[in-house]
Amino acid sequence: MAESQAQDRPKLMRRVFPHPLLTVLLIVVWCVITNSVAPGTIVLGVILGILIPFFTYPYWPHVPRGFRPFKMVSYLFLVIWDILVANVSVAWIVLTKRNSDMRSTWVVIPLDLRTPEAITLLAGTITLTPGTVSADLSDEGHCLLVHALDADDPNAVRDEIKTRYEARLKEIFEYES
Amino acid sequence: MIAILEIVSAIALLVGALFTLVGSYGLLKLDDPMKRLHAPTKAGTLGIGALIMASILHSFTTGIDSVHEILVMAFLFVTAPISAHFVSKVHLHRGTCETPPPPPEDKVWATRGQADDGPLAPDQAQS
Repeated sequence: MAESQAQDRPKLMRRVFPHPLLTVLLIVVWCVITNSVAPGTIVLGVILGILIPFFTYPYWPHVPRGFRPFKMVSYLFLVIWDILVANVSVAWIVLTKRNSDMRSTWVVIPLDLRTPEAITLLAGTITLTPGTVSADLSDEGHCLLVHALDADDPNAVRDEIKTRYEARLKEIFEYES
Repeated sequence: MIAILEIVSAIALLVGALFTLVGSYGLLKLDDPMKRLHAPTKAGTLGIGALIMASILHSFTTGIDSVHEILVMAFLFVTAPISAHFVSKVHLHRGTCETPPPPPEDKVWATRGQADDGPLAPDQAQS
């Protein structure tokens, strides 16, 4: 009897907070939307943060496990910095290089990541950093097709993406395996 | 203090306008459809980012402190890669770009799979 109660407790927590990080995110987003951190705003944010994950849970039953939010924050800052640097270099390429001089190529990236969320985030990062656009995924999701605007060596682009972004995303999403 | 904020927000406005201009110029100048896709991603990230930064800083100089522009940037950063992804998928479908190399591990690229080449057949995927 006591054992079954102990088992029921995490189940209940899971049912009320199916996505705990989504709850936190919704509270923060609500405070930012209304531009205030007054107690009333936070209370309404908490209500929304509980109700929205609760009612959308049937559409989103898979909860990603082993997600490390603090590593995610440092990853976000790295990406923002890279966007700034790459923007300047790509603007320079667009303004100064002639079209015929640009060596735009396809780059194929074999993926080590298996989590769909992590692959989505990697593809989004590649598109947001100027100079590379992720175009397609292979039919079983083991390779990513990326278009580079001006790359002397496609292998260098591939290695940079793999070491700079994919390794970090693997630590954020899949460190257990 | 307010004067410094105003100067910084003016600089941010200029930077944003400059990068949006370079982005539109790139859209006109580049010749290949896939290359052209690179221009709006640039305008969408640093261009809009700097303009939104200017808006936030300006709101602090006028005393109406507001940070909800950050959400505009967050939603833009989440949605911009997806629209770029769709545009590149259309190019792959219609063959208006160079044919990509075949994937080393799986049979075929997802976009070029069933719709273009019929059922997933390795020999067809090569063409």
